[in-house]
Amino acid sequence: MTTTTEALPLDAPFVRSRRRPRTGKYYLLVAPSLLLSGIVVLIPGLLTAIAAFTNWNGLSLHANWVGFGNFRSIFDDPVFRTALGDNLKWAGLFLTIPVGLGLGTSLLLLRRPRTRTLYQVLFLVPYVLAPVTNAILWLNIIYDPVAGLWAWLQGHGLVGQVPLGSTHWVLLAVATVDMWHFWGFLMVVYLAALRQTPPEQIEAARVEGASTRQLFRHVYLPNIMPTLMLMFVMEAIFSFLSFDYIHLMTGGGPAHASEVLSTYAYTFAFSEYEFGMAAAVSLVMSFFGLLMGAVYAILSRRELAS
Amino acid sequence: MKLRRALRSTPGHIVLIVLAVLQLFPIALVFINSFKTSFQVAADPLSLPHQLDFSNFTTAWDYGHFGTGFLNSVLVVGTTIVVVLICASLAGYVLAGKKIRAWPLVTMYFLAAVTIPVWLFLFPLYFEYSKLHLLNDPVAVGFIVAAINLPLAVFLMRAFFLKIPAALEEAAVVDGAGVGSLLWRVMLPIISPGLLTVAVLVGLFAWNEYLITTTFLQTPSSYTATLGYLTMNGTFTDQQGIMMAGAVILILPVLVIFIAVQRLFIEGFVSGAVKG
Repeated sequence: MTTTTEALPLDAPFVRSRRRPRTGKYYLLVAPSLLLSGIVVLIPGLLTAIAAFTNWNGLSLHANWVGFGNFRSIFDDPVFRTALGDNLKWAGLFLTIPVGLGLGTSLLLLRRPRTRTLYQVLFLVPYVLAPVTNAILWLNIIYDPVAGLWAWLQGHGLVGQVPLGSTHWVLLAVATVDMWHFWGFLMVVYLAALRQTPPEQIEAARVEGASTRQLFRHVYLPNIMPTLMLMFVMEAIFSFLSFDYIHLMTGGGPAHASEVLSTYAYTFAFSEYEFGMAAAVSLVMSFFGLLMGAVYAILSRRELAS
Repeated sequence: MKLRRALRSTPGHIVLIVLAVLQLFPIALVFINSFKTSFQVAADPLSLPHQLDFSNFTTAWDYGHFGTGFLNSVLVVGTTIVVVLICASLAGYVLAGKKIRAWPLVTMYFLAAVTIPVWLFLFPLYFEYSKLHLLNDPVAVGFIVAAINLPLAVFLMRAFFLKIPAALEEAAVVDGAGVGSLLWRVMLPIISPGLLTVAVLVGLFAWNEYLITTTFLQTPSSYTATLGYLTMNGTFTDQQGIMMAGAVILILPVLVIFIAVQRLFIEGFVSGAVKG
């Protein structure tokens, strides 16, 4: 090391010493962010990766290494398979219904500049309310077996049993509430992307006599494709992390029928104090997110190359 | 011609109106039923209340511990906003100007952190907080919510700083401004609209937070407004009128703020679209 320093031109150390204190000041400016993220996200995140291979109980620092034992017992557990299946169904619902609703309404609003803002605000109301409020209001006023709207309709012979008690319908009933809350957000994002389509492209297509359908296929769609893809990936990732509405409305029941990976992990940690198992489930959940992120990175690279 | 155009746009209008009704109908039911007794609710949840009786609201306010709840919610949200604004604007400034040699590394870290799920660090963080005696402390919980929202805020602030012409900063430096006074006197007024957008977005996420607050706040005295309301659900399971009054107490402030500054919210959602 010393020899290289001596071999440097004479003026080099001066340049360095003049720049160093300035850069140091700027490192101080990023320090709060890195410190906060390090303490809350990075260190516990690394601990999760270790804890997943131990029988840690989350109460003391003591734990034994169990290798892949946690993962083996999870993959053997029928509840895990139900949970994973429910996450896949959840993803299937969220990647179709809110996307369709959001895209359809954003296209309708694109041609309605005067009522656009009003509709955006109306559609967004459930999105700005807290999941706790939304879940409790649906539980009490729609799904309640005695006083809810569903019970009232059932009394008039219009609908069948309350869906939250049915192992067959419970997941769809909860997903309905989450989608009701969420799709307005997608619509707003799609509409913003649609409105960024260059006007000269639209004008050129009109001059050439393009129909409304052709205009969408060949002008709007290519322009909003990056946004559609990003939202698609984000929804896929969040479908594997979904927690609030299921935990609040059913807790994963009845008989694990609405269990998802997040409620499965949460029960391990805070009901059974098996933090090692909970960490292993977390890793499985995060793996799906990572997988989707990698697919997205590959796809968008191909997009950039073409 | 005009008539034909009006006719062609009618199906679209009908779809939009039906969807608006579907979005608002459950919330309208909450308001209607908050004035009714549990017997009236069960008899017909669709009927309008006979009188404007506010007794449900006073009962809900007392049993939902909304006094303490709103105070704790403000502590969580306030801490989150202040911490995020300070950290993210400083980091955003450094990353936008590539002021440090490690800027690609730091950028990569925050880019990865945007998609890191809470689940990847939740359980050891709980252990960390319990050992540091930070459980049941709304301010300490605000720091967690801040850290979760930080990566997105860093990128939003970075984008705002990138829009500022470099000549402005150079002129200030020539005039002899240090980093501190440059940030405080020159940059702060320019990026204040950006700070406002981030504050609204992060503030809403913090107010609506459930997973972190329900895990880290376990004593009634530390409950936020939504958690306090949740405890009522056990006590008043068959008292829908009171439950709906509690819901109105939670919905009304958010609704008023949302309608008052809807443009800020919509701007925030669009710029922060990476977040579900």
